[in-house]
Amino acid sequence: MAKLNLLLLLVLLACALGLVTSQQQARKLFSRLELEQGRSRELDVEYGQLQLESSTWGLHSRVAKIASGTLGLRMPDPRRVRVIELRDAVAKP
Amino acid sequence: MSLASAPALVRLPTWRARFMLFAFLAAFGVLVGRSVYLQALRTEFLQEKGEARYARVLEVPATRGRILDRNGDALAISTPVRSVWAIPEDVRASPAQLQRLGALLGTPPHELEKRISDAAHDFVYLKRQIPPEIAARVADLGIPGLYQHREFRRYYPGGETMAHVVGFTGVEDSGQEGIELAFQSSLAGTPGSRRVIKDRLGQVVEDVESIRAAHDGKDLHLALDGKIQSLAFAALKAAVEAHNAKAGAAIALDARTGEVLALANVPTYNPNNRARLTGAQLRNRVITDLFEPGSTLKPFTVALAVELGKVTPQSVIQTAPGTLTIGHYTIHDAHAAGALTVAQIIQKSSNVGAAKIALGLPREEMRELYRRTGFGAPPQLGFPGEAAGKVREARTWRPIEQATMAYGHGISVSLVQLARAYTVFARDGDIVPLSLVKTGMPAAGRQVVSPETARAVREMLEAAVQPGGTAPRARIMGWRVAGKTGTARKQENGGYAAHKYIASFVGFAPASDPRLVVAVMIDEPAAGQYYGGAVAAPVFAQIMQGALRLLNVPQDAPLAPVELPGESDDAKEST
Repeated sequence: MAKLNLLLLLVLLACALGLVTSQQQARKLFSRLELEQGRSRELDVEYGQLQLESSTWGLHSRVAKIASGTLGLRMPDPRRVRVIELRDAVAKP
Repeated sequence: MSLASAPALVRLPTWRARFMLFAFLAAFGVLVGRSVYLQALRTEFLQEKGEARYARVLEVPATRGRILDRNGDALAISTPVRSVWAIPEDVRASPAQLQRLGALLGTPPHELEKRISDAAHDFVYLKRQIPPEIAARVADLGIPGLYQHREFRRYYPGGETMAHVVGFTGVEDSGQEGIELAFQSSLAGTPGSRRVIKDRLGQVVEDVESIRAAHDGKDLHLALDGKIQSLAFAALKAAVEAHNAKAGAAIALDARTGEVLALANVPTYNPNNRARLTGAQLRNRVITDLFEPGSTLKPFTVALAVELGKVTPQSVIQTAPGTLTIGHYTIHDAHAAGALTVAQIIQKSSNVGAAKIALGLPREEMRELYRRTGFGAPPQLGFPGEAAGKVREARTWRPIEQATMAYGHGISVSLVQLARAYTVFARDGDIVPLSLVKTGMPAAGRQVVSPETARAVREMLEAAVQPGGTAPRARIMGWRVAGKTGTARKQENGGYAAHKYIASFVGFAPASDPRLVVAVMIDEPAAGQYYGGAVAAPVFAQIMQGALRLLNVPQDAPLAPVELPGESDDAKEST
């Protein structure tokens, strides 16, 4: 009887320690998850800022100004533009 | 004598053992009592106290949705910024620190000092919405009593080009103008909060519960096309400057879907820097301003007459001698012409002709047509401040009013209503609901006139931009266009102002299969010219040419250079 009790006590101890370890593991993992989620939010913010930057640099009036000013591009005369009709576009009404 | 031989054990009195037993039991009793008290009676309070040591409620911020154009380019984005605030009582700053703080915040140090020494308040903002980099340097100063918190600030990369459509938000991140106000409920997010367990280092180790879930605002895809918009804005701005005009407005609609592709206003403002704004800058003239449309309304009179079978495009109407007197009022044509066909009345924009046609029409039918083409009712865009315009009840019309209404006087409309009404001719006689939000689907229209009538009027409108019409300057190379000019005297103090005009042009292209409707309005051109055909039509042509090319619309006209008439050859419309 005493032996059985001792055995059960050991099992109980093992279980208790296991519980503590798994709890610790869970908390560690959760803290990592939190960290990553924070990073994802930061990246979201950065994405927004980059989008803002891209929109600002790609402003159509700015592009047009640089194209015609710095690069010396100009709109082709419509007579020099050839319009190609796609075959499947013709098939459609 | 030995110990063993000692007398029998000393017997202690029994009461001592009893006493000890009782003492021990009593001690246990106290312990049990205390634990019952703590565990059962005060448990809630104690648990609360315990939780307060490690559990925290965190705010989960929600960002406002972005506004994008139809190609996915950003028109409005929220990004986090910092606000610096102080508890005046706690601030301990040396003059040198204040000096540096003032330099960082862009506020004079004495102004800062005044705010910090304000003992009446427990909380003062020193500066709101500063970029995170500057905020970090402010934090590095290490002034006690100075705090920061995170806020969102809205940026508008489109700037003044898009200002009137997109609008802006206030400092509390709620919409105040334009789309930002109209779609406030779907753009705004709802911040949430959750309870977590933090460890000694302040790291979150366990999520206890989510008190309120955070919902980010929804992104909004507008129907607006950034390229057409900037094209329209540039053309309009150049025209307003060239003609020394007070203001201008333009709108471009997709005739198939009813989407608003461009909506431009001059004067405008920069939504990123809204210091010193005036009402004139803020006004979205396309939607909120009403004006007498003038001749742009003639096609509707003619359409009704054709629809009712009163005239055909070839019917001849005598407009000589260029005036028509009804009661005490005389209607004038700018250029007296003789007998004109109905098609020529539109082409030459004859007031007398239009008035004569209108007098043969039942006024209830005219009123009904205006109502069905959307005049006199808000255009239902969901935009703040939509003007309804005014069309009076038919039974109050006197004959002279019926005649002047035929050429767009005595009725007030907004530019968006006018553009929308022209979808009747751009489509086969039906009118579509407009949308500021991208739909990408052909819209279902409501029939106003028969397809035959719409096509007949479309042909007349095409003739109006040919040489001999009022707006040869509206033509573009490669595509057939159709449209109508309007020149109306402005109303002032109950009468018509002597030299103040509103020049307008509404048209669509390609005429063989209309894709785009563009309306342009120039308010008080003051550089000599004021006719719609000379002032507004060239803007229309610029916008239309660029937009058709951007949309890859197949060409339907031979590629011959458009011959522009000299200034003196310009046919002038009467109104």
